[in-house]
Amino acid sequence: MISTVYAVLFYLATFLMVAGVGMKVFKYATTPVPLNIVVSPAPRTKRGVFLRMFREVIFFESLFKSNKWIWLFGYLFHWGMLIVLLRHFRYFTLNTWWWVEIISPIGKLMAFAMLAGLLGLWARRIFQERIRYISAPSDHLMLALLVGIAASGTMMSYVTGTDIINVKAYFLGLLRFQIGDMPTDPILMLHLGLVVILMIIFPISKLLHVPGVFFSPSRTMVDNARDKRRVSKWARNLPPLPEGIPAKEEA
Amino acid sequence: MAPLDDKKDVPMFSDYPSQIPKIECGASLDTNTYKAYPEHNEALGFPGELIDNWQEVAIAKIGELAKKNRAFQVYLDACVKCGACTDKCHYFLGTGDPKNMPVARQDLLRSVYRRYYTFAGKYFPWLVGARDLTKEVLDEWYTYYHQCSQCRRCSVACPYGIDTAEISMAARDILDTVGVGQKYCNEIIAKLKKTGNNLGMNPKALRATLEDLEEDLEDETGIAVKIPLDVKGADVLLITPSADFFAEPHIEGLMGYAKVFHASGVSWTISSYASEAANFGMFIGSYENMREVSWRIRQAAKDLGVKRIIFGECGHAWRVGYSFLNTLAGPFDFLDQNYPIPQHILEFTLDEIEAGKLKIDKARNDEFIMTYHDSCNVARGSSMGPKEGGQFDVPRAVIKAVCNNFHEMERDTIRENTFCCGGGGGLLTDDLMDLRIKGAKPRMTALQQVTQDHGVNKMAAICAICKTQFAKVMPKYGYEMDSIMSVHQLVANAVILDGQETDEADKAAAEETP
Ligand code: SF4
Ligand code: SF4
Repeated sequence: MISTVYAVLFYLATFLMVAGVGMKVFKYATTPVPLNIVVSPAPRTKRGVFLRMFREVIFFESLFKSNKWIWLFGYLFHWGMLIVLLRHFRYFTLNTWWWVEIISPIGKLMAFAMLAGLLGLWARRIFQERIRYISAPSDHLMLALLVGIAASGTMMSYVTGTDIINVKAYFLGLLRFQIGDMPTDPILMLHLGLVVILMIIFPISKLLHVPGVFFSPSRTMVDNARDKRRVSKWARNLPPLPEGIPAKEEA
Repeated sequence: MAPLDDKKDVPMFSDYPSQIPKIECGASLDTNTYKAYPEHNEALGFPGELIDNWQEVAIAKIGELAKKNRAFQVYLDACVKCGACTDKCHYFLGTGDPKNMPVARQDLLRSVYRRYYTFAGKYFPWLVGARDLTKEVLDEWYTYYHQCSQCRRCSVACPYGIDTAEISMAARDILDTVGVGQKYCNEIIAKLKKTGNNLGMNPKALRATLEDLEEDLEDETGIAVKIPLDVKGADVLLITPSADFFAEPHIEGLMGYAKVFHASGVSWTISSYASEAANFGMFIGSYENMREVSWRIRQAAKDLGVKRIIFGECGHAWRVGYSFLNTLAGPFDFLDQNYPIPQHILEFTLDEIEAGKLKIDKARNDEFIMTYHDSCNVARGSSMGPKEGGQFDVPRAVIKAVCNNFHEMERDTIRENTFCCGGGGGLLTDDLMDLRIKGAKPRMTALQQVTQDHGVNKMAAICAICKTQFAKVMPKYGYEMDSIMSVHQLVANAVILDGQETDEADKAAAEETP
């Protein structure tokens, strides 16, 4: 019973996340950019923009320049989470890929980086008056959710343990559309339940910053406006303006 | 708006330019700019007064903008409320009002977008801070979107480049669409559509003004330096802010351009039809109005048969010129493709300097110990020259070529981190004087630092709004109003034209006669 509920939840969450994010990405990609609004100084070539975005995504360059604390906590959290996530491939592949084996021991430790980052961000949200002012309940809940996921996962890794062999068998089954038996360890159920929630709210929450960053015109455009016209479709349909100066207005 | 009491309200410098104030809710809630009269709004194609179904129309407009402009859509979605931008706005630093923190400013609109356009906001508004669009919200928009100079300093700080200026422009567009315009911007655009400039100055008056300036130039140099108007077949059409025709220190800048053109031998002209570089269509976020204003430049260039377009010193005009003009009024296939279209006067002047075409005596600026204020729209919305960052390097290269004494202000307040003067984005109006003074605080503090450390006594700028704002606001901070200078004013001082009468020449002549 529980196995089936979780199976349905996972299929549903995956569908909602993929479809939702897909629709958002489609919307971003097809919405016109009527003017070149790149924030300068900006690269004059596509290659330059690629490097700019690379630095943004890999190093959080702008954040580093603008706020060292947020950068530190954000960086710990995001990179910690990435490694932890990659480590999770071992539960979805029959024979664990070699590079997943390599990062696995680090991955286990990175859970603490992730937690430290999240708690740091949360502390700022609570104690730093400017950030408290701009926070909505959902901002706190989002952190609670991520802390819950990270904490329950870390618990299983370090304290309680879980029947990992059967968890893996269950997920390998799901990947082949076969619903096996999921271990009913409460911490595992909490962990997976929170992940399902996170996946479902992904496309309807601020997690949209993940695709959003790649579609931010102020960063992704090339500084080439003097050479390159860009008239969007709707602008092309504006009423034409007269060529030359209308006679009555001449001095 | 509370009347500004000069004696009581003398603003204090901060300890350092980006010093963060204590949050004070509602601190600038009562600072409101005058609303436009119906005729101003109507001249721009907007309803004269607040329409009956404003709520419906405003909500629909949000949806329309999200479809027409990717930036608006992505910026509304992507903010994670990290807070990195919260201490970057000069109006927040100056007023302490938390709604002047960039993300809070965005949220005024984002909260409404969420309510009507997102799942979470529709069903769980309290959870995500979504709210209904009420009259109070509309009023709040009017207040705080007219306390943003669209300077983009916050965008530089944001990990996703979220640009509050874009949100602010969109908000003003929505307000205009329901009939709530701002007097300062809309009246000016209406004037421009009638006369070709923001002043409403007709061609006759303009000609008389330019002739006066020519006389001044001749008195000073002994040479007939021309400021041509409506000359067909000239090589260069100069598009300059109309403030250059009447305000100080702008005029000195215009005389500087005239001298450089004279020395270079390039024929040039101003157009009475497009006698304005400023394009307030940008400030109100109206593509249509911005396009119409830009279009006059194309018309004038065609009509006069020029080969090149050069922009004078004006910040947002240069953003429109550099980043938008080609799109709004191009293609400029009828101009000489060997030059950038359009070109900035500083690019032109630097080329002339580097080619050795100008005779320069730097010592003539020795009484000035200079610093340079990067204007926000030039710094973060445009560039110059062939290399990335030219918008910072070209003006500095020109200043250093004509002055001996130059010192930079703190790194956090220049180049891409520059602070707005406090009067940009359509806020350069007396009814916002209180805000303008407070918004200038970070810049004034940075200036005070270099005054103390290096004895800096003048600051140069290349924006008509910056110059007007500083001339007005500097006295409140204990500087003379002429502490702000045009970059081309420095050029004008240092350039010696062929055959020009100078003190040295006089002296030499005096020595020869026994
Ligand atoms: S664009 Fe400039 S004025 Fe507007 S919120 Fe950002 S920093 Fe403040
Ligand atoms: S820096 Fe960007 S993401 Fe962070 S709060 Fe400001 S606008 Fe939002």
